[in-house]
Amino acid sequence: MWKTWPAPGVAPVALSDVSESRPGPVITGSDLTKSFGAHQAVRGIDFEVEAGESFGFLGPNGAGKTSTMRMIGCVSPLSGGELRVLGMDPRVDGAKIRARLGVVPQEDTLDTELTVWDNLVIYGRYFGLPRSLLRSRCQELLEFVQLADRRDSLVDPLSGGMRRRLSIARGLVNDPDVLLLDEPTTGLDPQARHLVWERLYQLQNRGVTQVLTTHYMEEAEQLCDRLVIMDEGRIVDEGAPAELIAKHSTREVVELRFPSEADRRSALPRLEALGERIEVLAERVLVYSSDGEAAVSWMHGDGLEPSSVLVRRSTLEDVFLHLTGRSLNE
Amino acid sequence: MTALTMVGRVVERQSRVYRRVWRGSVFSAFLAPLMFLAAIGLGLGGLVDKSSGEVDGLSYLVFVTPGLLAASVMQTATGESLWPIMAGTKWLRTFHGMLATPLGVAAIFGGHVTWVAIRIILSSSVFLAVAALLGGVVSAWAPLAIPAAVLTAVAFAAPLSAYAATQDTDLTFGPIMRLVVQPLFLFSGTFFPVEQLPSWLQPLAALSPLWHGVELCRAATTGQGSAPAILVHVLVLLAVIAAGSAVGVRTFKRRLAP
Repeated sequence: MWKTWPAPGVAPVALSDVSESRPGPVITGSDLTKSFGAHQAVRGIDFEVEAGESFGFLGPNGAGKTSTMRMIGCVSPLSGGELRVLGMDPRVDGAKIRARLGVVPQEDTLDTELTVWDNLVIYGRYFGLPRSLLRSRCQELLEFVQLADRRDSLVDPLSGGMRRRLSIARGLVNDPDVLLLDEPTTGLDPQARHLVWERLYQLQNRGVTQVLTTHYMEEAEQLCDRLVIMDEGRIVDEGAPAELIAKHSTREVVELRFPSEADRRSALPRLEALGERIEVLAERVLVYSSDGEAAVSWMHGDGLEPSSVLVRRSTLEDVFLHLTGRSLNE
Repeated sequence: MTALTMVGRVVERQSRVYRRVWRGSVFSAFLAPLMFLAAIGLGLGGLVDKSSGEVDGLSYLVFVTPGLLAASVMQTATGESLWPIMAGTKWLRTFHGMLATPLGVAAIFGGHVTWVAIRIILSSSVFLAVAALLGGVVSAWAPLAIPAAVLTAVAFAAPLSAYAATQDTDLTFGPIMRLVVQPLFLFSGTFFPVEQLPSWLQPLAALSPLWHGVELCRAATTGQGSAPAILVHVLVLLAVIAAGSAVGVRTFKRRLAP
C-alpha cells in the first residue's frame, strides 16, 4: 500500500529496483565490534542482509543483539570493523541512513505526552514530511495496526500490545526501506504477540526488508527467512531456520523427566544409546532421534520408566543448545 | 533538512505538548512573578520608598521589576532544563525516539533550548506588560528586556541541560534548586543593589549569570546603563550559552548515542 508513496527528499527506491539494478545486500557488517569501556558487547561479527528478506539476530540476553541493532540504526558508533547500510557508511551518513530506516525499539520510546495521532504526525515531521502527506499516511497506518479507534487517546491507557503496534506504525511513517525491530514481542501476552506477528507478515509480503532481534526461538522460526545465532558477542552460525535445524539437530526430540535424580542417573547410559545424542538439562533429558516414537517404544522395551515423555519436532532452541551448551532463556 | 529545520521540528513537538499542558504552567510562569511584583514591588516597595526615598535613584518598584523579571525567567529555564531532560533521556525516553530519525543530538539539544527561549518570550512579554501598567517600567527601551530575559534564561538552560544529561537520577536536582538557584535569586542584585552586600562578597556577584541578566533587564526597563557595561553583560551571557551548548551536545551524545 505505502510502498507506492513517494518518499519526499529521497528518490523513491522500490525494493525490486534495488535488487535488479544494484544487486547486493542492503546491510553488510564485517568484523564489526562494539565495546563499552572494557566490556566487549560485539566481538567481530560478519553478516549480510538482502533486500526484501526478513533477517534475524537470535540469541539470549546479553548476546550483543541490541548493540548490533543500534550500530545499524546509526545511533551508536562502531568500535571497529566495517558497516554499510543502504550503500552508505554510518560514520559519515548517519542522518541520511536514519531517514530511510524504520525503528521499533525494545523499550518503547513513544511520546507519552502526545495522543496516538500526534505521535505519528510529529514523528513524521521529524523526517521532514509535509503535513498534507502525513494526514493520509497516518490514517492508513492507524488502520493497518488496528488502532484507528484510539486515534485521540493518550499513550498511557493503551495496552502493551497496542503500544507495540503503535511503535510499529510510527516506525513505518517514513515509508522505510528497512524496518529494524528489537525484540518486537518481548513482554507481550500470546494473543498480543500473534497480532504483532500478523502485521509483520503482511509487511514482509509487501517486500519491506525486516531486521529483527529476538530471544524467542518461536518468533525467529515464524518471522525470519534467515538468521544468525549470536552468543557472547559472536555469531555461532547462520542460515534459514529449517536449515539450521537440519544441520544441528535431528528431526525429532524426546523430552523425558524422571521421578528422581537417581532414576535419571541410572537411565543415562541407556538413553545415550537410544538416539544420536542426548542433552542433560536441569530438569529434563533430551534425546535426539530421527524417529521419536520408535525411540520411545524402544525405551519402554528396555524397561525405562520416566515420569513424563514428550515427542516433539526439533526447534531453534535445540540448535542453540547444541551450539552453545546453554538454553536460550537461561 | 537543514540544521535549523531540524531544530524547528523539535520545537514543533514541544509546542504540540504545550498546547495540551499549558494550563499547568500558567501559575509558575505567569502568575507567580506577578504576585511577587505586587507583594515586593508595591507592598514592600511602599515601605522602602517611605524610609529611604529611592534605590539608586529609582522608586523601589522600578528598581525591583527587572530583577524579578530576570529571576523568574531563570527559575522557569532551570525547571525546564532539569527534570524534562531526565524525562527525555531516561524516564520517557522521547529523545531516543527522536534520535532514530534524521534529527541528531545537536538538533535535540538546540530544539530544547530554543523552546525554552520561546517560552520566555511569551512569559516575559506578559510580565512586562503588566509591570508597565503598574508603573514598574519607565523607559521606552523596555521591549529590549525581552531579549535580555531570553539571554538570561538560555544562559541557565544550556549548561543545566548539559549537566542533567549526565545524571542517572534526579537526586541532585532539588539541591541545585535550593543551593544554587535560590541564593542566586536572592543575591544577584534582584531585590537590592549588590553594593549592599559585604565588600568581600560583591565581586562574587559578577560570577552569577543572573546578575548580568538583571543588569541588562534593568538597563532596558529604566533606560539607565552605560554601553560598555551592557556589552560586557551580553558577552558574558553569550559565553555561558556557548560553553553550555558545546558541553551539552557532548553530554547528550554520550547519553543518547554511546
